[in-house]
Amino acid sequence: MSDHAKGGHGSLKSYVVGFVLSVILTVIPFWVVMGEPFDSKGLAVAVIFILGGTQMMVHIHYFLHVTIKAEEGWQAMSIGLTILLLVIIMSGSIWVMFNLQENMMPAHEQIERVRNLP
Amino acid sequence: MASQAHHGTSASALDVHPFWGKLSWDAFPFHEPIVLVTFIGVVLGGLALVGALTYFRLWGYLWKNWFTSIDHKKIGIMYMILGLVMLLRGFADALLMRGHQALAASGGEGYLNAHHYDQIFTAHGVIMIFFVAMPFVTGFMNYVMPLQIGARDVAFPFLNNFSFWLTVSGAILIMVSLFVGEFSTAGWLAYAPFSGLEFSPSVGMDYYLWALNIAGIGTTLSGINLVVTIVKMRAPGMDYMKMPVFVWTTLCTNVLIVATFPVLAATLALLTADRYLGTHFFTNDLGGSPMMYVNLIWIWGHPEVYILVLPVFGIFSEIVPTFTGKRLFGYASMVYATCVIMVLSYIVWLHHFFTMGAGANVNAFFGITTMIISIPTGAKMFNWLFTMYKGRVRFDVPMLWVMGFMITFVIGGMTGVLLAVPPADYVLHNSLFLIAHFHNVIIGGVVFGIFAGIVYWWPKAFGFSLDPFWGKVSFWCWIIGFYLAFMPLYVLGLMGVTRRLSQFEDTFYSIYFIVALVGALFIAAGIGAFIVQIVVSVMRRKELADETGDPWGGRTLEWATSSPPPYYNFAFSPKVHEIDAFTHMKREGYTRPTDGFMPIHMPHYTATGVVLAGLLTVMGFALIWHIWWLAAASFAAALIYGIGHTFNYNRDYYIPAAEVREIENQRTQQLAKAAD
Repeated sequence: MSDHAKGGHGSLKSYVVGFVLSVILTVIPFWVVMGEPFDSKGLAVAVIFILGGTQMMVHIHYFLHVTIKAEEGWQAMSIGLTILLLVIIMSGSIWVMFNLQENMMPAHEQIERVRNLP
Repeated sequence: MASQAHHGTSASALDVHPFWGKLSWDAFPFHEPIVLVTFIGVVLGGLALVGALTYFRLWGYLWKNWFTSIDHKKIGIMYMILGLVMLLRGFADALLMRGHQALAASGGEGYLNAHHYDQIFTAHGVIMIFFVAMPFVTGFMNYVMPLQIGARDVAFPFLNNFSFWLTVSGAILIMVSLFVGEFSTAGWLAYAPFSGLEFSPSVGMDYYLWALNIAGIGTTLSGINLVVTIVKMRAPGMDYMKMPVFVWTTLCTNVLIVATFPVLAATLALLTADRYLGTHFFTNDLGGSPMMYVNLIWIWGHPEVYILVLPVFGIFSEIVPTFTGKRLFGYASMVYATCVIMVLSYIVWLHHFFTMGAGANVNAFFGITTMIISIPTGAKMFNWLFTMYKGRVRFDVPMLWVMGFMITFVIGGMTGVLLAVPPADYVLHNSLFLIAHFHNVIIGGVVFGIFAGIVYWWPKAFGFSLDPFWGKVSFWCWIIGFYLAFMPLYVLGLMGVTRRLSQFEDTFYSIYFIVALVGALFIAAGIGAFIVQIVVSVMRRKELADETGDPWGGRTLEWATSSPPPYYNFAFSPKVHEIDAFTHMKREGYTRPTDGFMPIHMPHYTATGVVLAGLLTVMGFALIWHIWWLAAASFAAALIYGIGHTFNYNRDYYIPAAEVREIENQRTQQLAKAAD
C-alpha cells in the first residue's frame, strides 16, 4: 500500500474544489451555445475548446492526482505522451476534415462559390 | 437465393418481442444449405468435444488449472489456443472466397450469393485481425515478456485473466453470428454510412459492434497491464537499455494499444449510438459526417497494424542472434527504430483514404510520413542481416521462418512504399493490388513471425521441442502457398480488378484466380502440417524432451529457468549485468542457488474473470437482439459481481520455502541427468 500513499489520494476538499471547477467549466460552454453571447461563431468555438482543455487539466489534477514529480517523472512522461497524441489526433482530424470540406463541398455550392468570386 | 439471403433481417425494429427481442426461428439458417450443413457439423463436433471432456472428467481440471488461472504463462497459452482455433475459422472463410472467385471468374456463378459472400469477407478480415493476430501476439507478450524481465507474473494478474476472457467473449459473439442471424456485410472496418441503420438494418452489424466493443476493452486492459509490468517489475540491474528487444517491442506495442484502443472504443461507441439511440454522428443527415468515421477509425487502424507487427519484429530479434550465435547487431538502433516507428505510426493514417478527396498538401504530408516510416523498418532489416553476416547460422525451423519473413516482407514493404505515393494510390486504391500488399506484410510479417515464435518458445512452454520435419513441411507449404496465392492478385490489381467482387463478367481473369486458389490450398496444407507437427511432437515428446531448459543456446532470461518454468518462474530474482543476460550468466559460470529458498508471495486463482466475461457475453448477445430485459439483467449482474469481487481480501498466499526447495531440487536432478 505504501506505493499508493506516495501518489496521494486527495482530500474531501480537493475533490469538492475539482467538482465545483468542473461544474463551472461545463456551465459556461452551455451558456455560450444557448445564450449566444458572441456574434462570431469562431469565437464561441474557441471559448468552448479552451474551457474543455482546462476542464481536462482539472480532472487530471484533482481526480487522477497526477503531479509532475511523482514516480520518478513517469507520470509527467505519460501526460506528455497523452498531450502529444491528443494534439496529433485533434489537430490532424481538424486539418483533414476542413481540407475535405473545402474540396468535397456539393457541386452546386462549388458553382455558387465560383459565381460569387469577385 | 435472394429471398432467403436476408434471414434475420425480416424482424424490423418495430416488431420486437418483449421477451425474445428480434430473435425468432427465422434467425436460424434452415434455408441455406451451406450454412445449415456447417451448423450441423459444428453442433455434432461440439457435442463430441463436450462429451469427450465429460467422459475423461476434464472439466474440473480445465476449470481449476486453466480457466480460472491467473498465471501469465497459462493465460499466454490460452491466448495462443484461441488464436489457433480462430485461425481455422478465418482460413475456412479464405478458402471459401478463393474457391468461389475461381469458379465465378471462370464463367460459372460460384456457390455463394452476393450477400453471403459479403459476410464472409467481412468475417475473414475481422477474425484474422482481432481474433487471430491479436491473440497470438498478446499470447507471446504474456508468456515471454515476464520471463525475459525476470518477473514472477504480470503487474495485475487477475486483470490479465479478465482481459483474456473478454477477448474470448468477442470471439464467441462472432462465432454465434455464423448460425444465429448473420454477420456484418460492411467490411472489416465497417465504413459509415453503409454500416449505419439505414443501409445495414440487420443484426450483422450489431454482432460486429458488440464483439469489438467487448474484446476492445479486454485489449486495452491487457495493454495497461503489460506496460506497468515492464515499467515496474524488471529484475534488478535491468536498465531500459539492457532489456531484450522483444521486451522493448512489447513496451512500444502496449503503449500503442493504450493510446489507440480508446480511439477505436470511442468511434465504435459513436456508431453504436447511431444505431441504437438515433444519433447522427456518421450519417449523411442532420450534420453527421461519414468521412469523420473513416478518419477516426484509421487513427486507430494504422497504429493497429504496428501493434501486430512490432512484437513480431521482437520475436525475429530474439531468434536471429540465438541461431547465429552472436549478439544482435545494433541493439541501440533497434530500440530507437522501434520507438520511432511507434511515434510515426500515429501520423500516417490518412494514407488509407487518399482518394476521399483531401487536397494535395494533405495527401503530400501523409504520403511523405508514410515513406519515412519505411526507414526505421529498413534499418531493422539491415540489423538482422548484419547479425547474420559472418555468423554461424543454424538453419533450424525458427530460422527458416525468419528467412522467409525477410524476403517476403521486403517485397510487401516495397509495394507499400509504392502505395504511399498518392497519385499511384489513385490508380491502385481499392484494387486487389492493395489486398496483395497487406497480405504480403501481414502473412509475410506477422504470421511467419508467429510460427517462428511458436517453434522457438514451444520447448520452453511444454518441455519438449516440435518435430523439425513437419515444421519444415509446414514452412515450405506456407511460403509456396503465399506466393502462389498473392502474386496473381498483384497482377490482377494492376489490371484493375477491384476487391470484394463476387461475380465476374470476363473469364480473362480465370487463370489468375485458379492459381490463387492453388496457393490457398498449399497454405491449407501448411496449416495441416502445423497441426500434424503438434500431434507428432506430443506423441514423440519423450525423444524431443528438453531437460536443460535451454535447447537453442538462448541468450535471454527465459532460458535460465526449467522447461516448462515452475509456476513462480524464478526462485530468486536474477541479477542483470548485460543486454543478453543469460549469455552473460553462462559466460561468467553462474551457478544455480540450491539452498536458502524463501517463501514466495503469489496470487490466488479466481473465477471472477470467467464469470464477468460470461455475463458480458450474454449482455452483448441480448443487445444485438434487442432483448432489453436480459441486457439490463446481465449488465447489473456483472456490475454487482465485479463490485463484490473488490471485497474479496483473500487474494494472495505464500508458497512455503519447503515447496520451492522441492521443486528446485527436482530441477537440480534434471540438470544433472541432462549433463550426463
